[in-house]
Amino acid sequence: MTPLTSTYQSDAFVMTNFIDQKGLRALEARCIQEQAPPCQAGCPVHVDARAMLAQIGAGDFAAAYQTFSKTVPFPAIISRVCDQPCRAVCTRGEIGDPIAIRALEQACVALAGDAPRAPVKPLPARGKRVAVVGGGLSGLTAAFDLARKGWAVVVFEAAQRLGGRLWEVAEDALPRHIIERDFAATVLATPGLEVRLGAAVEDAPALRDSFDAVYISTGAVRGDAVDPLTCETARAGVFARAGSEAWSPITSIADGRRAAISIDRCLQNVSLTASRQHEGAYTTTLYTSTEGIAPARAVPLPDARAGYSRDQATEEARRCIHCECLECVKVCEYLARYDGYPKQYARTIYNNLSIVMGERHANTFINSCALCGLCAEVCPTDFDMGALCRQARQVMVAQGRMPPSTHEFALRDMAFSNGDQFAMARHAPGTDASAYLFFPGCQLAASRPGDVKALYAHLREALEGGVGLALGCCGAPAEWAGRKDLFEETMERFRAQHAALGRPKLALACSSCCQVFKTHAPDIELISLWDLLDRVGLPVQAAQPASRTLAVHDPCTARYERAMQDGARRIIRRLGYRIEELPLSREKTTCCSYGGLMGFADRELARAVIERRINESRADYVTYCAVCRDFFAAQGKPTFHLLDLIFGRGDDAAAAGRGPGYSQRHENRARLKREMLREVWGEDVTTAQEGYESIKLDVAEAVQARLEDRLILVEDIQQVIAFAERTGRRLLNTDTGRFLAHYRPAAVTYWVEYRPEGDHYAVFNAYSHRMEVAEETKDE
Amino acid sequence: MSKKPDLEGAEKWQCARCDRPMEIRKVSVSYMDSSFPVDLPVCPECGQVYVPEMLALGKMAEVEKTLEDK
Ligand code: SF4
Ligand code: SF4
Ligand code: SF4
Ligand SMILES: [Zn+2]
Repeated sequence: MTPLTSTYQSDAFVMTNFIDQKGLRALEARCIQEQAPPCQAGCPVHVDARAMLAQIGAGDFAAAYQTFSKTVPFPAIISRVCDQPCRAVCTRGEIGDPIAIRALEQACVALAGDAPRAPVKPLPARGKRVAVVGGGLSGLTAAFDLARKGWAVVVFEAAQRLGGRLWEVAEDALPRHIIERDFAATVLATPGLEVRLGAAVEDAPALRDSFDAVYISTGAVRGDAVDPLTCETARAGVFARAGSEAWSPITSIADGRRAAISIDRCLQNVSLTASRQHEGAYTTTLYTSTEGIAPARAVPLPDARAGYSRDQATEEARRCIHCECLECVKVCEYLARYDGYPKQYARTIYNNLSIVMGERHANTFINSCALCGLCAEVCPTDFDMGALCRQARQVMVAQGRMPPSTHEFALRDMAFSNGDQFAMARHAPGTDASAYLFFPGCQLAASRPGDVKALYAHLREALEGGVGLALGCCGAPAEWAGRKDLFEETMERFRAQHAALGRPKLALACSSCCQVFKTHAPDIELISLWDLLDRVGLPVQAAQPASRTLAVHDPCTARYERAMQDGARRIIRRLGYRIEELPLSREKTTCCSYGGLMGFADRELARAVIERRINESRADYVTYCAVCRDFFAAQGKPTFHLLDLIFGRGDDAAAAGRGPGYSQRHENRARLKREMLREVWGEDVTTAQEGYESIKLDVAEAVQARLEDRLILVEDIQQVIAFAERTGRRLLNTDTGRFLAHYRPAAVTYWVEYRPEGDHYAVFNAYSHRMEVAEETKDE
Repeated sequence: MSKKPDLEGAEKWQCARCDRPMEIRKVSVSYMDSSFPVDLPVCPECGQVYVPEMLALGKMAEVEKTLEDK
């Protein structure tokens, strides 16, 4: 959970991990969601206790017994005597008692263990013989495993009965018929497995002379060294049990199994050491949060011998928290929506990028991530889905496989912001040097142009050394769209302007600009507007109601901007408001759905993301990003922009007010530039208007909402009407007297239903398509 | 791609330029290196085409998405 301080770092995360099959596997391995839960890893034979407990919890004891007995050769015995290393590491123990796993196994055996077991069916005999010395749990497990693999096995037991130390267990804890029944159903029922009782072996290694392999389950003789990984001894083909700590029945079984694996491999002449890392008990890397889970004590076990009843067992099993990670999925609506987790998603993305012919089903998935970095922040191994999706988009663009429609509108908006109608960069009037360059960003200018003017005036007054102004877009949309080319071009142009102004310090109102410059132009000095205003003082000291509590939403691109977060909070407090921290705030804040251009790829998802965020608190929100503010308000959450509070608009109307639509946002930017040039620099600019721009429209509100939804701008409609009126190319509805005309300025054909009304045009409908219709028109 | 339901109500529109009713003709519609013949109302005089809203937002949008993911 180390913070990624820049996108460079997260790019490195992907670059080193996501280049080929091998890189993919390294990336997949980084997500630990599929690692075993602590109980299973801690069990020397890896009983899948999590699955077993889920089955018991669902009342399915037969299935639970299957889960248990497919791993443990002597289930009835183990269910009575297991020393439960699993329980010692059970996560439930952090919040109450660990799960009574053995007692639940006992309940499975009691309730489902009497079902007739399937007859043991070994593989066909393979012609080699193994001697096993000792008929305790370890020897019998090895013998049983090997015999089932088709090797002929002879067990030499000195005593007159099998089971070794099991007979030392008190009879009421382990009734003798249980021992006999487990062995009868397994060892004694396996063809090719011979048991010799009363057969003491003097010189165990010497058995190797008449057997292909020997397992001395009673431990090595004469202090011979035993390899703990493979159980090999100095003599080839002779294996012995390593170590002999306190008696642990389940460890005995695990040891026997380990020896059997070695002997099987030895007899087949394959590597004894390859991929054996997870045999025996180990510590899992799975992370499981216990946050928000209520503590719970174990269901009492009144009579240990009788064990749990069905109901008690079910209740106890339901205390299992089903350990898994999913930390990222819990906080990210996008990740949750696709029903998987990053390990699976990495492969989905990799596969999608590898498709040469055929449909790429994961395009929308890749384009829907907000690239916000919250996943990396909460992930125990810093897995950054955002970095992955960003990289994948760049690859798609490079392959020529990025769906053209996804980002076109956003990129067009960016082009507008960096075109003549909005972009400019200059020193303050009457100066030829700037210590600061105020860069409000494209969205603040679009959303609240008046505030930009007021802020610029204030900064010029409050700061020494000259404050220049730069209008434009930082290029974030291009970066989010995977358009490296376009992004770099944008950044280069900005750098040139910035250098021409003498490299002033940037004063940034938008956290996304801040992230972009910090990541891609780390040499440019910058400060956030909120940090700056906190230092130099606020423009007006509006009287404020001092009792209101607002919940702060940090924009996702401010995730690691401590100074910005603190500056904003200090201003809010200074203005007399109380602050409520949302459950996910500061470095854990969530995206408003604008990040990564999510909404252009999946509008429904974007709605859900906003819905989830605005329901985190009943308090009204305050934020310092114009887009977050407008998005939340548009979905009904009263939300202030910090500038509302600063400029004394702390009333309900300001919080509820909808932001301007797409067309109005263009208009606001263009007008802001014209007005500032006139008011601040005294330049009267009547920009040469394209002919169509003078066309006046009358668009009913309902139609406006539809245009907004369909991403159709006023200027698109003006162009259609201008074309239709100029050429006469239009259709007439004989019922309504309305015209329908179409025009294709670039990649999209727009259709507009309209009627001329005096000096303007009433617009009734508009729609568009990208497919090109071959229209063989005969013009005269 | 073209089925009659998408053209429902199309007969209300006539070419305003030639003052004539439209006729259904095969028109080639293309996107991302693929093209399809579609039955659309066309002015027999000047060739002006009519793409109804239902068709643009329904079938056409669907095919656009499929072709973009190809
Ligand atoms: S809580 Fe359940 S899954 Fe987790 S370690 Fe305990 S038994 Fe296993
Ligand atoms: S947080 Fe997500 S990516 Fe990280 S290990 Fe857990 S499931 Fe995997
Ligand atoms: S939206 Fe944010 S938290 Fe979710 S996967 Fe993308 S970068 Fe991670
Ligand atoms: Zn015509």
